[in-house]
This record gives sequence, structure tokens and C-alpha cells, in this order.
Amino acid sequence: MLTLPRAVYEDLVAQALDEAPLECCGLLAGDPETGEVARYFRCSNSAASARVYTVDARDQLRATRSAEDDGLEVIGVLHSHTHTPPYPSQTDIDAAPDPTWHYAIISLADAEPSLRSFRIDNAVVVEERVIVRPA
Amino acid sequence: MGIFLTRFLIFRSVPVPVSIRLPTVLRPHAAGQSVVDASAGTVGEIVAELVGRFPGMKGNLLTDSGELQRFVNIYVNEEDIRYLDKAATVVADGAELTILPAVAGGLA
Repeated sequence: MLTLPRAVYEDLVAQALDEAPLECCGLLAGDPETGEVARYFRCSNSAASARVYTVDARDQLRATRSAEDDGLEVIGVLHSHTHTPPYPSQTDIDAAPDPTWHYAIISLADAEPSLRSFRIDNAVVVEERVIVRPA
Repeated sequence: MGIFLTRFLIFRSVPVPVSIRLPTVLRPHAAGQSVVDASAGTVGEIVAELVGRFPGMKGNLLTDSGELQRFVNIYVNEEDIRYLDKAATVVADGAELTILPAVAGGLA
């Protein structure tokens, strides 16, 4: 299960809309035991593409350090699908680096943004529940 | 003064290990440790030392031909080694080397 504060949800939706038609990405920091997200770090998509994303390596280090300074861990990644449903592509599955992470996707394919999250372990994709906590 | 100078020189001559910060995905291969030490050297030498001590990491860090995997980010202190000398980057005594998985995906 992935739990997000409302402010984090609003920030990642805003980022996805701001950066469309390019895919956006960022890192989720929180508690690895509970899947509770405390902070979201917007990262640059160094691929600068509408079809693929690569979390900028320097942004990733800054986010990781900043999370650790707050007693948090990076527990997952968010990226946007601008024209397709929020389900991991084969590239997402093949590139998933850590089976303990949460792989969240925000889709802008419909009028309302749609957020889903997945666990990916050895190319097996399992959707998990997403809860957005009220402000 | 002579004693203090001698102690200072002895202190200076003791090598300070490089600290290697491991990502969660590699920690099971290092008995759960998040930070391990290594001797100073180039990034390539340090990774080779790491793989020698923790062979389970080999596939994560090196290709079959012994090159660094491209889907791994390695930083010396705060800098990505892609902007330095890649595997030939020199890591001095006491420096910090951080390994993170590269994070990418998409439709292509």
C-alpha cells in the first residue's frame, strides 16, 4: 500500500501537467515499512522525452541525501504517462531496479489525472492500493 | 614540539578508508550493511574490491566484460562519475563513494 499526503499528490499532479507533453519523474521518500510517503522530490527527466524518462542522477543523489537527513528513505519513483493508462510498460518493468520500491504512475490520458502504484519483483507486476490522505 | 610533530605525521600517514554507501538493493549482499569501507584507489579498483568481498553484487555492478553497468549511478562525494573520469576517477582517502540504481523507464 502507498499512502500520500494530499500536498504530495497535488504536487506530483501539478508537475505532470507542467511538464506535459514530456514525461515527468520524481522520487517518493518515506517509511519503507509502511509505504507512507512524507516527501516528494521532483526530479528532472534527463531523457527529456514524451516516451521515456531517466531520473537525473544528480537530482537523485540530492533527493536521497535530503531524505536521509530527514530520517526517511527513498521508497519509490513516480513518473507520468501523458497519453496512456497508468500501467507499467515493458521498459518500466525491465528497468525496475528495486523490488522493495513503489512504482507510481500518474496518467494524463483522461480528463482527470489518474494515479496508480505497483510493486515490481522479477518482472512480476502487482498493483497496490493508493491512499491520498486528506489535508 | 618534536613529540607533537611526530604524532601529527603518524596520524597523517594512517590511510583513512573510503566509505561506500550502498543502495537497499545491494545491502542483502553485504550482510545488510548500508555503509562499507574500502581502500582508496580508482572507482574501478574500488568496485573490483567490493565485488571481490561481496560476489553477489557482481551482476549489479559489472557487465560480463568487467565494465561498470550503465544502469548504476556512482558518485564520488557529491559528483556523478560520468562528469569526472568514469571508472578511472580517483577516490582519495576519506572520500565517500555512493552507489544508487539508475531509475528509468517509459514506453520505448
